[in-house]
Amino acid sequence: MASQVVNLRVNERSREFLAAPGTPLLSSLRDALGLMAAKRGCAQGSCGTCTVLLDGRPVMSCLVAVETVDGASVRTLEGVARGGDLDEVQSAFLEGFATQCGFCTAGMIMTAEALLDRNPDPTRAEVVEAISGNVCRCTGYGPIVDAILDAAARRRKEDAAARRKEDIAARWGTADIAATPGTADAAARRRS
Amino acid sequence: MARLRGRGYASVNYPTGMNLGGDPSQALIHATTTGTFVVSLSSVDLGQGLKTVVAQCAAETLGLPMENILVDTADTDTGPHCMGTFASRGTHRVGNAVIMAAAEAREVMLAVAAEELEVDAGDLETDGTGYIQVKGAQERRIHITDLALAAHFTHGRTISGRGMFLKEKNDPVPETGEMDPDSCQAHACTVAVVEVDDETGVVEVLEMHNAYEIGRALNPAMVAQQVEGGAWMGMSHALFEATEPYYPARDHGPRDFTEYLMPGAADIPAYHNAILERPAGNGPFGAKGIGEMTANAPIPAIANAIFDACGVRLDTMPFTPERVLRGLDELRGYHD
Amino acid sequence: MRYKTNPIDRTYFPDEPAPDFNVIGSVVQRSDALGHVTGRSSFFEDLSPPGLLHLKAHRSTRHHARLATVDTSEALAVPGVVRVLTHADIPNNVFTPLKLIGVQPDDEPVLAEGKVRYLGEPICAVVAETEAAAQEGAARVRVGYEELPAVFDVEEALAEGAPIVNEYHGHNYFTYEGHHCRRIRFGDVEAAFAAADHVFEWRYQSAPIEHAPTETTGCVVVPQPDGRLRIHSDTQACFFTLDNTALILGTPFNRLRIVGGTVGGGFGGKVDVAVEPVACVAAMLTGQPVKYVYSRYEEMQVSSPRAAERIYIKDAVTADGRIIGRKITLYVDAGAYSRHSPYGTTKAAAHLPGPYSIPNVWADCHCVFTNRTPSSAMRGFGVTIGDFALESQMDRIARALGMDPLRLRLRNAYRDGDLKAHRKVAEGTALVEVIQKAAEMVGHELPEEYRRMSSMDGGGR
Ligand code: FES
Ligand code: FES
Repeated sequence: MASQVVNLRVNERSREFLAAPGTPLLSSLRDALGLMAAKRGCAQGSCGTCTVLLDGRPVMSCLVAVETVDGASVRTLEGVARGGDLDEVQSAFLEGFATQCGFCTAGMIMTAEALLDRNPDPTRAEVVEAISGNVCRCTGYGPIVDAILDAAARRRKEDAAARRKEDIAARWGTADIAATPGTADAAARRRS
Repeated sequence: MARLRGRGYASVNYPTGMNLGGDPSQALIHATTTGTFVVSLSSVDLGQGLKTVVAQCAAETLGLPMENILVDTADTDTGPHCMGTFASRGTHRVGNAVIMAAAEAREVMLAVAAEELEVDAGDLETDGTGYIQVKGAQERRIHITDLALAAHFTHGRTISGRGMFLKEKNDPVPETGEMDPDSCQAHACTVAVVEVDDETGVVEVLEMHNAYEIGRALNPAMVAQQVEGGAWMGMSHALFEATEPYYPARDHGPRDFTEYLMPGAADIPAYHNAILERPAGNGPFGAKGIGEMTANAPIPAIANAIFDACGVRLDTMPFTPERVLRGLDELRGYHD
Repeated sequence: MRYKTNPIDRTYFPDEPAPDFNVIGSVVQRSDALGHVTGRSSFFEDLSPPGLLHLKAHRSTRHHARLATVDTSEALAVPGVVRVLTHADIPNNVFTPLKLIGVQPDDEPVLAEGKVRYLGEPICAVVAETEAAAQEGAARVRVGYEELPAVFDVEEALAEGAPIVNEYHGHNYFTYEGHHCRRIRFGDVEAAFAAADHVFEWRYQSAPIEHAPTETTGCVVVPQPDGRLRIHSDTQACFFTLDNTALILGTPFNRLRIVGGTVGGGFGGKVDVAVEPVACVAAMLTGQPVKYVYSRYEEMQVSSPRAAERIYIKDAVTADGRIIGRKITLYVDAGAYSRHSPYGTTKAAAHLPGPYSIPNVWADCHCVFTNRTPSSAMRGFGVTIGDFALESQMDRIARALGMDPLRLRLRNAYRDGDLKAHRKVAEGTALVEVIQKAAEMVGHELPEEYRRMSSMDGGGR
């Protein structure tokens, strides 16, 4: 079978490329688009290092034949930082010493992003369940769970701050919200 | 059915380095014209944090802040020889080599500063923020950026240093096993608390208490990473891992992470860790290698806790539910 | 504070000068963490040079067999397959990685030659334009086997009449300076057994354990304009890999360059020289970049595991809990080839009899060849399984004597000035203190005399 043109919206940008039938999404991201954050730890759906968001849901991209998701939107770790700023999950992993070799990190962070998008206030058990498909051989998982809980707390705090600003703006008509980087903007993006 | 609780103990030591063929590592360091010190190595960071720890060793020795240190490593064209990352040798060998290189570079740095400030090099000190200053007259000082520029453009000096650590080759005496293989020993004692389900044979580790003696905690957050990751791996070895679960039979070998079992985030016990420091005379700032040791004591501690809980002595790893149940059956007088 | 640290207890070594450092002992952010959380850290496989070829191995489906025929014609016919390598393409096909420190003999082929000695041993290397074609080609290599008897148990392997696993050794054990095992002889254990109140003997066994790093073993070899090869690798030891690869290729060492250092976990498994030599040969023969990465299956079943060990410990013990003699027989299952096992077995011997001062020690540590995946270094090499056995043994002795397991350990703990079994004087010891600390942490009461013990005195035994 001949290769076909596939369109994806990757990290908010339209990308078009050729893929042979059955090419895993992971290979397309890495080989066709040069996005190397997602890793290939097993190529068979058993390690989670390749996790990306497909239309907002976490998937093991090694298991997805790319032609079957033509037109979908994909988010990888490269698309998480806002401008040059780390988002809450990235900061929490960094400051929480939740990385050692770093090979599982991209998959862990994307799984966490998906969790926090649908559940901003997860319990420890919910975090544990969310990352149950992601293998880490270095950390013993504790620091990763702690970092995700920490990220959730940071994000809630930031969202609350952004909401307060919006309230104030609505009540007093101040228009400088947009000047506060990464607050109202981020909150709005997540709510949309 | 019952969940039986038990406590087990184990205490171990672990050698830093394993020399039989001569065990060297080198480091080179030089200052750029703006006062950044580049540490050149060929050593490998496996995720244990070698790059960070040797940068700390360089910063401490030079008396400069961390921001002034760059580590350039693991390129055989640009980095001098290192035996490699194994045998808990990285921090110890490479750390020592970096300290030696940085000490030599510091001497040049102070010599050039002495010329700039027109004092004796012996009267100078570093303040840790980037200044070299006259002891007792801190207003007479020069910043490393200006100093490095001056060294290059005015004095014609390279601020650089060479470092080397060698543990010499030692051959064991074949008749007696007399040998000098290692450089120092780290220590650990683990107390594991487990619960054994006497119906399923499943062992759950509830608590792990670890006391470690590691010479010197060079970076306490990275020590915490090593001890927690290591304790987890020890627990994993104890309860789950085998590529040939019915060794010496070759079959039933797991092929991926769905078959090769390891504890997940839901299975981790409550850890209580404490660190003791008895600095090693030959270690970098007294540090010993601990990356490997942390996985060792949990295994027998868990075996001993299982016995304490249910009376089953497991002398074969891993301690699978099947082995626990067979042991319980035997205690109850069942035989198949 | 968002990161964890563990409390440092300075009361146990009060004489150590209080540390006065700028950055040592402080929490400094990891220099690699920003790259990890942004996905910018570059691992070897994140390099994708133009014209990259892919290499896959055809592997033995037998534990022990003569290779009657190896037919690569069907593999070569697969569209996209560029080349199929056999042992004849490898300049110095037979090697052993520790030859760099004088370990002999060369005993392992890069690609199987004449026979295979374990399931999964590489026979041919298929080089192709795509990974799928390389895989397809590898599947189409046809091998005719003449099955040979295999041996899997360490003690059976040493028994009279066992099939010989590795002809380069001529017998199923590694020879240490003329001896069939690495030995420790210290004092007189037989006299200790005669004098003991109790003699305890038990057996311990482990199975092979996989390092299971999330990143599998691999490399990308890129031919350079000046004719050299640049090897991007996740090796744990750059020069070790470089030197071994150069010896196998028969090229001057300076024709190779290794670039690495960002590794997705190693735990000892990436000290083997597993992928670089054959990938380099492929790159030299094709003039193109070549990638050779283990699949997860290969990492699990073909890459070296931690060796299985069998350990017998026999102890001479007095009624008051002094261990006066310890006799250990250790069998390390090296699998089909030496790799790092002769060294690990010596490391195991040096670790005996554990962190205790025992005046009479006898150990025979056998490095045994069997028809299984060669084992090699892993975190705690030579020590981890020994510690399982030794510390299980201590628990059993304590229970047999009706003694507190921590007091038994403290009574026998090695201290500064003690002579170890390998005749090195102990210094910087702290076993006593970690036991005391652990006891304190869990509220395990120790009598005054045990709480007052110190590694700094009472030694010199
Ligand atoms: S690479 Fe996709 S799950 Fe392992
Ligand atoms: S940090 Fe190494 S696998 Fe998670």
